[in-house]
Amino acid sequence: MATKVEKDSVTGTETTGHEWDGIKELNTPLPRWWIITLWVCVAWSGVYIIFYSAIPGWDGLWEYTARKDVTRQMEAVKADRAKWLDRLADASIEEIGKDSDLLNFAMAGGGAAFADNCAPCHGSGGAGGPGYPNLLDDDWIWGGTLDNIQVTVTHGVRWAQDDDTRITEMPRFGVDELLDKDQINDVADYVLSLFGGGAAAGNGAEIFAENCAACHGESGEGNAELGAPRLSDAIWLYGGDKATIVETITNSRGGVMPAWGTRLDEVTVKQLAIYVHSLGGGQ
Amino acid sequence: MNAIPPSLGDKTAKAVSVDHQPLYADRVRIYPQKVEGPFRRFKWAVLVLLLAIYYLAPWLRWDRGPGAPDQALLIDMPARRAYFFFVEIWPQEVYYLTGLLVLGAVGLFLVTSLFGRVWCAYSCPQTVWTDLFMWVERMVEGDRNARMRLDKGPWTAERIIKKVAKHATWVLISALTGGAWVMYFTDAPTLVVDLLNFQVTGAVLFFILMFTATTYLLAGIAREQVCIYMCPWPRFQAAMFDEDTLTVTYEDWRGEARGKHKAGDSWEGRGHCVDCLQCVNVCPTGIDIRDGSQLECIGCGLCIDACNRIMERLDLPKGLIRLDTVSNQVARAQGGAAPFRLLRPRTLIYTGLLALVAAVMMYGLATRSTLEVNLLRDRNALFVMLSDGTIRNGYTFKIINRARADREFILTVSGIEGATLAVLGGSSGSRAAVFSTRPDQVETYRVFITAPRQSLDGESTDISFVLEEDAMENGENVIQDTVFLGPKR
Repeated sequence: MATKVEKDSVTGTETTGHEWDGIKELNTPLPRWWIITLWVCVAWSGVYIIFYSAIPGWDGLWEYTARKDVTRQMEAVKADRAKWLDRLADASIEEIGKDSDLLNFAMAGGGAAFADNCAPCHGSGGAGGPGYPNLLDDDWIWGGTLDNIQVTVTHGVRWAQDDDTRITEMPRFGVDELLDKDQINDVADYVLSLFGGGAAAGNGAEIFAENCAACHGESGEGNAELGAPRLSDAIWLYGGDKATIVETITNSRGGVMPAWGTRLDEVTVKQLAIYVHSLGGGQ
Repeated sequence: MNAIPPSLGDKTAKAVSVDHQPLYADRVRIYPQKVEGPFRRFKWAVLVLLLAIYYLAPWLRWDRGPGAPDQALLIDMPARRAYFFFVEIWPQEVYYLTGLLVLGAVGLFLVTSLFGRVWCAYSCPQTVWTDLFMWVERMVEGDRNARMRLDKGPWTAERIIKKVAKHATWVLISALTGGAWVMYFTDAPTLVVDLLNFQVTGAVLFFILMFTATTYLLAGIAREQVCIYMCPWPRFQAAMFDEDTLTVTYEDWRGEARGKHKAGDSWEGRGHCVDCLQCVNVCPTGIDIRDGSQLECIGCGLCIDACNRIMERLDLPKGLIRLDTVSNQVARAQGGAAPFRLLRPRTLIYTGLLALVAAVMMYGLATRSTLEVNLLRDRNALFVMLSDGTIRNGYTFKIINRARADREFILTVSGIEGATLAVLGGSSGSRAAVFSTRPDQVETYRVFITAPRQSLDGESTDISFVLEEDAMENGENVIQDTVFLGPKR
């Protein structure tokens, strides 16, 4: 330990007394308040450890954890939403459409529920795919009014566990030998011609009138009450080329949709119906 | 530049001479002495002006019509609006704030390159409030010598009373400062009434207390420590300096060799500095300007006032310490003079930048539209085929109405033959749609365009939306170009 403070001759600053290969370090001390601030911060960290959940297994004196906080916030949001959900539950689906605030809430809730439950089959944008109806267009197998959509979502389609499910069955004209291959070919040509796709040949019209018109209508206009798709339009659930139509007539089709009434509460289904209706094709 | 003045080494002279060295330096207390002179008068004038602006500006009113706040300067955080007289800024327009900051920075560069640290000296809030607090200190405890005596002496009743009075006044000023700050963020008259009725919210109280605390700590306790240790500006302001920048300068060629002077002694063979330490005693950061230009010097010029009084008394020319440029000092040392050059490449560039940024800002503000339309094309699905074979595309319009009035717009679409337009929840199948927007709101509309397949140019057709304001005069129009997508042919 040096007994006398050495001063650097050039700057006049004291040295620390340490020397490395003839190089000496100048002592430029920090202001004392600076170091006091540091120690206050260190002490503060101790306070923090005691009050907050810094030690695993102990929530600290304030018993604050981020998880508890988020739970509390979720409950607050739920309580906040409850008011709206109560109003939604009381209002009829038509009334909701007229109340813009209620409609906005329903649209947001419906959108979220759609993404969670419907998007896997119908697509995140609702555009569907072969076998899964496109919800954006104006063609509805089971009807496109708000009420129709609500019933379809609640009870599903061909969902055996639900007694009120939408159910219809098209005969397997080929497999069950109700029509032979030539007849199926003719009627497929006829179906294609209903929306300007080539000329009908043979006796397709007669076969159609005898076998198909009961459900699909005399000119193929369909029947939403029976779930018989309209054939005289541009929209095809499984595909509009002849091979697919022949396959459909031969084997029949029977897509299934779950009954969401047992999985989702009534208010959520209402919101879903409003959301789907607003996608662009609602009637 | 000057050689290192001989006195530089004396700065720490009184430090320890025993056998231990401190790792941490005690703060050297500064007792700035009262001084009178033109620089001091200027500093007072700026201080009064700036404080007046700070405390009175929130009380200015500006009529913006019904439903809008009538405070001229207001940053309304909950409503997400900022008001500056006739300008109303939305959060999306935060670039105006950026422009303002750029303007402030370039202005600071220009002023610094011309006149040195005038910002630090007169207009920095730290300087203004520290000066105010020092004035309070002097009023309560007396001038430099009285204060030093008081602090050295025992804790007498007088000392206790004076300290309590000083700190109480400081806290009061701090509270007023914090209160005035909050007034820029809420309606000032309402806030005062609420404060008098003890009805302010926790948030308001928190901010008032926070700014009270920072004012008290920074202006009362920390003072020059902020400038020396905390502020980045002293560290890089030297980059704006050159040999033609005005700085507070000690004329060492005239002052040295310094020494005590008795009346009647000759001035031959010695400098004009009589080592009276007046310049050190009045310095608010406690430095010796005779050591040359240094980071701690805020450039306030109080030492010039102090020195000039002594020079006057000694019948010597004033300006031993003066506001001068390096080039003039070099010339003066040799008996000449260098003119003060306002126009230099540096100042011209700063002025040019300043003018450019200001012009861009003015242009932006002058042509600022009260209408903004954002058009979002549906991407999922890109298009929808309808049962009659026509193609439908969906678009979302966000119409931002920044005016304080209801406005109606007529939307038409062009570029595609036979297209019809439908608005979700509104009209359908028509050639035009009407959007109404509420004042100061963002309205969202979903629009569907349906077109026959044969009028599409392949997969993508260029179309334009025209949004025309339905107004008698000064209506705004917006044209948005986009595409209409369809299936492959």
